[in-house]
Formats: sequence, structure tokens, C-alpha cells
Amino acid sequence: MSFVTPVIAWAPLAPIIIVLGAAAIGILVEAFIRTPATRRAAQLALALASLVGAALVAILQWATLDGAGTVVLEHMMVVDRQALAWQSVLLLFGVLGTLLFAARTRAGEEAFTPLGAVAPGSTEETLARRKGMQLTEVFPLALFAVGGMMLFTSVTDLIFLFVALEVFSLPLYILVALARRRRLLSHEGALKYFLLGAFSSALFLFGAALLYGATGSTSFDEVGAGIASATGLDTLILAGAVLVVVGLLFKLGAVPFHSWTPDAYQGAPTPVTAFMGAATKAAATAALIRLVYGALYGLDWELSWLFWTVAIASMLLGTVVALVQTELKRMLAYSSIAHAGFILVAFAGFPDSTLSALPFYLLTYGLATMGAFAVITQVRERGEDGTVLGEATRLGQWAGLGRRSPWLAASMALFLLSFAGIPLTAGFVGKFVAFSAAMSEGAWPLVLVAVIASAAAAFFYVRLIVLMFFTDVPDGQEDAVAVDYSPLARVVVVAAAVAVVLLGIVPGPVLSAFENAGVLLLGAAG
Amino acid sequence: MDPINFVILAAILFAIGSAAVLLRRNAIIAFMGVELMLNAANLSLVSFSRIHGEIDGQVMAFFVMVVAAAEVVVGLAIIIAVFRARQTISLDEPSELKG
Repeated sequence: MSFVTPVIAWAPLAPIIIVLGAAAIGILVEAFIRTPATRRAAQLALALASLVGAALVAILQWATLDGAGTVVLEHMMVVDRQALAWQSVLLLFGVLGTLLFAARTRAGEEAFTPLGAVAPGSTEETLARRKGMQLTEVFPLALFAVGGMMLFTSVTDLIFLFVALEVFSLPLYILVALARRRRLLSHEGALKYFLLGAFSSALFLFGAALLYGATGSTSFDEVGAGIASATGLDTLILAGAVLVVVGLLFKLGAVPFHSWTPDAYQGAPTPVTAFMGAATKAAATAALIRLVYGALYGLDWELSWLFWTVAIASMLLGTVVALVQTELKRMLAYSSIAHAGFILVAFAGFPDSTLSALPFYLLTYGLATMGAFAVITQVRERGEDGTVLGEATRLGQWAGLGRRSPWLAASMALFLLSFAGIPLTAGFVGKFVAFSAAMSEGAWPLVLVAVIASAAAAFFYVRLIVLMFFTDVPDGQEDAVAVDYSPLARVVVVAAAVAVVLLGIVPGPVLSAFENAGVLLLGAAG
Repeated sequence: MDPINFVILAAILFAIGSAAVLLRRNAIIAFMGVELMLNAANLSLVSFSRIHGEIDGQVMAFFVMVVAAAEVVVGLAIIIAVFRARQTISLDEPSELKG
């Protein structure tokens, strides 16, 4: 038996290779540079350089791509405009996330624990803190996560999709566990995220095995052809398709597969929450698009009940439960569940316009998420002796923030309005294109629920705005909250705020760029 | 023996594994349930590969094993970190996060 060497088109893989290569170099940096301060500077420079470099390459490839795209690795992977658009969006989130990871408080405190392996409150931990140890592994871990997500958006093979899923999930599980303060919460969030994440990837894998059994292949186009031609295998195909889709819905955080979301969001260090909230949703949506449009399009009628039920349940439960939250990060987690529902609305009937609407929606949603969590890292509790402590995440602590720091509160208000989808913010345009994609297939009941849920959701966003601007600080609490200043986090806030306003007022150029990306190289649509 | 029997066995193992994840309150046992589910998927991949008379499914099983090993490393690390902090790995015990 002779071995045939696979033909690999290396050039289209360049952005992914840059990011994953830099992550591997980051591990070496970890081993060879002993001084924490130097190591941290080296890791940060490496991460930023590789992410920005990869983003430039991806955008250049996107702009100069002639034809539909390239099939890489014998139908294992496709680099088309859709993939490059998602990769550019993910790299943007990667850059913003890395800046947040590196942000420190004025007193020089990082978001991450100095030594992840030791127990909270132990003497080892105190010693590590006193010696100025730093956990710089977070930068290579973030690079691995970004690289895995970029793969996730381009892969067209079920088993390779599973591998990419794990490549980006495993670093995230670790990152969630590394908070500097409230470490028990962080551990608990990581444990729940890990167990449910592993459970969902096992569901996905078994679904992939069933589809392989029914169609004799795991590559998307052959699975799609197999579904069309198979006879007498309906149960096997349907069970496989549902399991595979459910595995991805877990990553998207849609009801009833959402239970990890609030815990992981609240427990994770806030920079990780920001990155995870923005990037995981984008990657999961991208993979769901490619899977549904590339392989499962023949099952649109059978799968529509799943998408409809999950979309409606996510929107309603996310909105209703967010109304009663008193913890800010948890409230935004439930709001992200509602947004998972809004994303699924665009899948109703599998219209072609979804391919260009969802990258834009996820870009606007991700920018607002990044910005909102970057603001949260800046609002902190103050101890009796005036030292700045951990983040103030109880809603009541945000009362009167508008007077303390008008600009910070104003940008938070902007991000919340964008979540709510108020006109002149990016979120409005995002929701508009996503819902009109669903309308084009006549899914008006779903859009009606989505609009009502958006209106109800506006209530709890506006409640926080009222709290920040029109409520006085409770007596005796004037010094309980401090607004910290970290240049890197402020850069993220300003960049996200500017982007949210620009995309809300002049969305045209970016919309038409994504319009151009709404084509899949393989698959029914486009 | 008809290879489809192995697929049925895989489905039963998968069901047992998912029941363990959803019902057992010990983190290690729940995690063993996940591993059982992954191995059930492996078994069905290999038997389907036998049914189709090709080796693709067997090659995939290797990929799954590697990924499962990586997952064990991360998972046990998190479980041990939780155990060091709390002296318990019960999933009911850590209840700081609610609502």
C-alpha cells in the first residue's frame, strides 16, 4: 500500500500558522526568560505582533482573493471570503483581549493569580505574591484559543471540527480558573465550564460518528450529498445532525444548553470574560453557519423546530432572568444568552443573507461586550484604608458612577444601548440585518418574539444607565467605590466605543465588505 | 458477528456516560462519564469504518484519543485545583455561584 502525500496550500493558512506558531514560541519564551518583568514584556509584544500581523495578512488575503477561495488539505478546510471575514473579526477580538489581559491597576495589580497551582489563601500564594511572580502563560494560552477559533471557522470536516473545538476550548477552561481575586468562584466557574464543555464536545463527536456511519464520510460536502441520497437511514442521520448541532449550541450558550454561561462569565477574570464572550460566540456562530450551510442544508425542515424552539427559549429565558440579576457580570451573561437567541433567529429557514448578516452582528456584539467588560475592570471596591480592591460588580455599587467618572459611565451606557439595539449604535444595525435575514424567509413570528424580547431587555440595560447617572451615591458609601485608571483598558474602552458609534452611524463600508464575504466555497448557499 | 451490534453497544455506552455526567455529583465520576462518551464515539467510528470497508474511521479514532488525553490533562488539573481549595470535589458543594 503506497502512501499518497497530501497536497497542502500553505499560503491561505498563513494567518492561522502565524498565530499558532507565535503561541508555540510563547511557550519557549516561558521556559527561557526567567525575569518576570522581561518575560511579560516579551510575551505581550509577541502576542500583539502576531495577532496584528495575522490580521493584516487575513485582511490582505480577503481583499485580494480572486475566485471563491482555496480548498486546503484535501477538503478538510476551506479558506474562502466567509472564513477570512470571520478570521479578521476574531483577530480583532484577540488584539483587544490581549490588551485587556495585560492591563494592570494603578497599583500594578494584574487580573491573574501569580501562581495558579496553589490553594487560595495559602502561604505559598502569599509568598508568590511577595516575590512578584507573574502568570505570563495567559498570553500563549490566548493565542492558542484565537488560533483554534480561526481554524474552527474554516474547517469543513466533522472530525477536524472536533479537534479545532478542543484546541480553542482547552485554553479557555484554564484561563477561566486563573482569577486573582475571588479564586474559589473562579475555580468553580472553570469546573462547571469544563464539565459541560467536555460533555458538549462528546455529544458533538457522537453525532459526527453517526453522520459518518450514515454517509460514509465526515467531509461536509460528502455528508451533504449523503444526506440527500441516503434511504432508510433517516433516524441515524437525524440523530447525528441534532447531536452535532446541539454540541455547537452549547458553545453558543443557547437555552437549554446555557447553564455554564453565567457561572463561567462571573467566575472568570473579567478580561477573560470579555474575550470569551466576544470570541467564543463568533467562532461558534461561524462553525454553525458552515456546518448548516455546508452539510445539513437538506435537513432544513427537520432542524427548523430545533432552531425555532432554542431561539425562542434563549431570548425569553435570557431576558427574563437577566431582569432579576443583581450581579453585573451575571446580568451580562444572561444578556449574552438572549443574544444567542437573536443570533439563532437569523438561521430560520437558512436564508442566504445570514451569511453576511451574522459576521456583522457578531462584530457589533463582540465590540460592545469587549467594551462593557473593559469598563467593569475599571470600577473597583475601596477598602477601609483606601486601598483599591477587586471589581465592584454588585449593581448597587454602580450608583452615581456618572458623577465620579462621566466618560467611563457614558461609554458603558453606549455599550448597553448597543446591546439593547437602540438606533445610532452598532447593535441596532446588527439586529436589523439579522432580523431582516429571518424576515426574508417569512419567519415573522420568530422576529416578532425577537423584537419583543429586545424591548424587554432594554429595561435592564436602561436600569443600569439610570443607576449610573440619575441615582445618588448612598450616604456613607462615597468612598466605597474607586474608579481605577489603566491605560491599556482605557484604550480598549475608547476603541470599542468609537467602533460602536461609527458602525452605528456609517455601517455602509463594513456592511458591504461582509456582503462580499457572504459566499461559501462549498455548500448549497451562495 | 454483525458489526452493527458494536454500534448498538456504543449507543448504550454513550447513554450510560451521559447519564453519569448529568446525574452523578462527584466531579471525577462525571468526568469519567465524559470519557465513556468519547470512547463510545470511538467504538462507533471504528465499527462504522468496518461496515463501510475503509480505514477513515479508524484514523479518526486516533485523533479523538489524542484530544481526549489533552482534555484529561486540563480537566484533572482543574479538579485538583478545586480539591486543594475546598477539600472536596462534589459538584453540589461549590455553590458560591447562584441565580
